[in-house]
Amino acid sequence: MEDEKKLIQFQQKIDQDIKIEPRDWMPEKYRQTLIRQISQHAHSEIIGMQPEGNWLTRAPSLRSKKILMAKIQDEAGHGLYLYCAAETLGIKREQFLQWLHEGKAKYSSVFNYPTLTWADMGAVGWLVDGAAIVNQVSLQGTSYGPYARAMVKICMEESFHQRQGFEIMVQLANGTKEQKEMAQDAVNRWWWPSIMMFGPHDSESAHSNQSLKWKIKRESNDELRQRFIDKTIEQGHHLGLIFPDPNLKLNPETNHYDYSPIDWDEFWNVVKGNGAGNRQRLNHHIKAHEDGKWVREAAIAYAKKSNLKQKSA
Amino acid sequence: MSDEDQGILWEVFIQVKAGRPFKHVGSLHAYDKEMAMKAARDLYTRRNEGNGIWIVKAENIISSDINDGESFFDPSNDKIYRHPTFYKIPDGVKHI
Repeated sequence: MEDEKKLIQFQQKIDQDIKIEPRDWMPEKYRQTLIRQISQHAHSEIIGMQPEGNWLTRAPSLRSKKILMAKIQDEAGHGLYLYCAAETLGIKREQFLQWLHEGKAKYSSVFNYPTLTWADMGAVGWLVDGAAIVNQVSLQGTSYGPYARAMVKICMEESFHQRQGFEIMVQLANGTKEQKEMAQDAVNRWWWPSIMMFGPHDSESAHSNQSLKWKIKRESNDELRQRFIDKTIEQGHHLGLIFPDPNLKLNPETNHYDYSPIDWDEFWNVVKGNGAGNRQRLNHHIKAHEDGKWVREAAIAYAKKSNLKQKSA
Repeated sequence: MSDEDQGILWEVFIQVKAGRPFKHVGSLHAYDKEMAMKAARDLYTRRNEGNGIWIVKAENIISSDINDGESFFDPSNDKIYRHPTFYKIPDGVKHI
């Protein structure tokens, strides 16, 4: 009975666009949904550093190395903002890492695809970051205060990422025949995975309706996907590259681009852990975490010793 | 994993420019204050957002109780004479 009343008041706050803060009453399912979504988002930022880290030493110039390094640093930062936002829901950082390592928590499957050439760094920035930005801009209006604030900060920093990727695509698309082929090959491989980043169609999405009602999500998967497709196709025309979908056409009635059916079998296959990079990404994270154990232990020992010294002084 | 495996929680406040107030920007994990300060710089001022940084251990922050917020802030409700709009000033009087 008490909960019923609280639930009504909670929904009223949401409907009035009043943000929910960590110590406010919230339905358990709201909390659980946020824990899952924010931590998945955080893990994605952290795992997303790996395909790019892979290119740091091979980036073609000092300029491109510096930029790539800055982008990876941003992603580490974004992961940390998001972990902190998720921790306000009462789960410890250690627990989030443990769930990731045990495979109980997911990260965006798009990072399980390999980055084979330098053009992939362009395509990842332009398409994958581009898709992420569409989602993140929308999430700035999410109902949970700490998540919304993290998103505002992330969006501010993220805008250079997509431009960095697009610049690489421009350079390659205007380069030699081989470079142009490399760019086209990257678009061929990254187009569908980036479209799938928005998740299942609204009709198939298990969590969507409640999340929209609670304003955890502000727009549906299909709305966000369509926005990404519409603006990205225009950008692709500037590059003179072709998207690997013969049915991409502007529909004069809706004023949106129509596209072919999505191969969801592939999507679920990668989500379930059968993508080319799943095991490699996770093992790498576990190894990095275990290799850093002695640093954490030393830092804890040092902090304890300093505290003792202060007290006795 | 032990509880302190990832360090303790600190809250970070940034002053954007001299003369401006310090505003809360977020939190971070660190093991001691030196590390917290370096992490705050790297996390929250990568684009010259800061002129100054304050860091406070999250456990040292004292906050009002959200559940009796209404009664706690009650005393100011009936003191409308604290607002300039409460006072009647004759027409034509300026700069007041």
